[in-house]
Amino acid sequence: MDHYVAWFLLICPLAATIAILLGWHKQPSHAIFASIGSSVLCFLIALTVFAGWVPAPKSFMWIDLPGLQVDFSMILDPLSKGMLLVVTGVGMLVHIFSYGYMEHDPGKGRFFGGLSIFMFSMTGIVLSSNLIMLFIFWEGVGFSSYLLVGFWYERESAAQAANKAFVCNRLADFGFMTGILLFWFLMGTVSVEPNVLAGVYAQHALPWMGSILDNHSVLAASAPSASVATQLGVHANPVLLAIMVVGLFCGCIGKSAMFPLHVWLPDAMEGPTPVSALIHAATMVAAGVYMLCRVFPLLLLSDAGMTVIASIGCLTAVMAALIAVQQNDIKRILAYSTLSQLGYMVMAVGCYAPDAAMFHLTTHAFFKALLFLAAGSVIHALHDEQDIWKMGGLLRKIPLTGITFLIGMLALSGVPPFAGFFSKDYLLSLCFARSPFFYTVGVFTAFLTAFYMTRLVVIAFFGPARTKAAEHPHESPWHMTTPLVILAVLSCIGGFIGLKPYYNGWSTSVVHTINFVTPFPVGEPSLFMEMILPMCVVLLGIGCAWALYHDAQTDPLEGGLFRVLANKFYFDDIYDTYVVGTQQLVARSFAWIDSWIIDGLIIRGAAYVCVGFGELLRLFQTGNLQAYAYVFTLGGLILIYFTLFH
Amino acid sequence: MQITLNDYLFVAGTLFAIGLFGVLMRRNLLIIYMSLEMMLQAANLTFVAFSRFNHHMEGQVFVFFVITVAAAEVAVGLALIVALYRLKQTTTVRDLTKLKF
Repeated sequence: MDHYVAWFLLICPLAATIAILLGWHKQPSHAIFASIGSSVLCFLIALTVFAGWVPAPKSFMWIDLPGLQVDFSMILDPLSKGMLLVVTGVGMLVHIFSYGYMEHDPGKGRFFGGLSIFMFSMTGIVLSSNLIMLFIFWEGVGFSSYLLVGFWYERESAAQAANKAFVCNRLADFGFMTGILLFWFLMGTVSVEPNVLAGVYAQHALPWMGSILDNHSVLAASAPSASVATQLGVHANPVLLAIMVVGLFCGCIGKSAMFPLHVWLPDAMEGPTPVSALIHAATMVAAGVYMLCRVFPLLLLSDAGMTVIASIGCLTAVMAALIAVQQNDIKRILAYSTLSQLGYMVMAVGCYAPDAAMFHLTTHAFFKALLFLAAGSVIHALHDEQDIWKMGGLLRKIPLTGITFLIGMLALSGVPPFAGFFSKDYLLSLCFARSPFFYTVGVFTAFLTAFYMTRLVVIAFFGPARTKAAEHPHESPWHMTTPLVILAVLSCIGGFIGLKPYYNGWSTSVVHTINFVTPFPVGEPSLFMEMILPMCVVLLGIGCAWALYHDAQTDPLEGGLFRVLANKFYFDDIYDTYVVGTQQLVARSFAWIDSWIIDGLIIRGAAYVCVGFGELLRLFQTGNLQAYAYVFTLGGLILIYFTLFH
Repeated sequence: MQITLNDYLFVAGTLFAIGLFGVLMRRNLLIIYMSLEMMLQAANLTFVAFSRFNHHMEGQVFVFFVITVAAAEVAVGLALIVALYRLKQTTTVRDLTKLKF
């Protein structure tokens, strides 16, 4: 019996989804019961799994082809257990919060159906033991994200945002698929379990790899990653390995909204705020980072690939933080800060520190979900007002929301002793071991983070109320504030509950299993580097923002460079002009060929030729009986003439 | 003067030509119908003539068939003409040009 319990992690939300799909979407109370019930049940099962009371279920053969065996099975190691707890825990809190937030929405049955299918797919990603299974659930979360971003589909902007999110993800998934196929081609397996991979690496020369090896032995000798690959015993082509690593990273670029496909995430804020909290801040976008940690043993095969990952993460982190400085929509600021934090995590993976990435992912899930839910509570209190310049003085009016938001902001900025301080600084110190450049950019990003979060809090929560709506807000009901308090507590204690040694133990065991030694020396980071410098920078950021904004009525930073930031580095405009424009041009020319050459000339042309002949022959049909008889006789005479006289 | 096969065939051919001429030229549907019958009788006459001169009975058997079929055809044809007349109040071929596109 024990062997089946874990399957209920997937069965519960799936059952809720099916029930809602088959008819309960018309009875919202049933839908809410099914959805929240399944999420609570999932969380309880996740707790037992985490405690180790429930073993991994027996796997069964799913695809059995020559050269490709895929099991349908779960992987339950510290990584997936930790992530599982984050996903189901935050998921459950967001479900409960949504009960209050969506109370007056007519489509709430559909909304909870979307949440349930998301929970199903996300749990699937976390538990997948191979990349084929992971990819299927991966597409599942993309689909549910599409459903929920476009939840208010009657709004043009929401429908557009949903399309944009889906298209960006599809684009990235093409690269991801390439990476998976290449992985299968190179390794002969799609499993990501460390011991399976260790077995593959241990077979020194893979028999079918011979031809590639001969052709590229010169490359293998010169490329920097050859040393790592040789050390692992995998004599593979470093160029192919780098393409595989970058291909797998492409999946992360889409889901975690890294540069250059980051543009979909801020637009995805068109969805309901609980969705932004659950999907576009705490869990789904973190799935990219989780996936990178999951395939970490593969990433080790290419140092060049790792450099690409770290650079893109670093670039995204600083770019998104810069943009966030000049945004005015409360949810968009939080969206860009999510991008920036995801950039941190990806940079950490690229710096051979997946444990720091997972540590930061977990604490980030706490405080970012908290920030989004509190922002949702603010928006709810102000009747759908999202512009921070129309808020003000909210801390005194809605104290519970205000204080929890403040805690989230301090945690995100990295002020001790909140959770973000420990995870961010651990992450930065490990990046320093890889390269001081990443560390410096990371510290600068930390400064920006403190700056824009303080700006947000000072404008929205302190000072006088700037509009009528902001003067009389009403505090949200208890089922909305309770999740806030729970998440606020987690954001306070996240640094002390042993997450760092937990994930560190996991990454050490993985590295040990595949017998890998880091290609560069990792020293013990100094106290100054890890704690004191980032802390000073954060305090500097908070101070700067306070000085600039504490009695500002409009934004004092305007014009010049700041206009570029306010316009998000013109990414959307560039994509609109060049990518969308080019695509429109191609599409229009194909449409012209289709409507004029294919439809006009070939299809309608053929039809008109037939019609023309018909019109011509129709003239012979006079309807006069005797004319027919005459022609008939004539024909008979001609026949007789030919038979008798020829 | 001996009557030869050619004489019979000549009469039959003349009958056929008259019938054909009537079919092609006359306006009234009933007359056309009678002309058609005349063409059939021309055929019958040739059958009988060949039968007589070749000492075969098969030609005469065919004549019986033709007469039977012609009788049936007359029954159907006249009925159609009557029905047509009731519908259109006319039996003139020129007025019956419905059968065209």
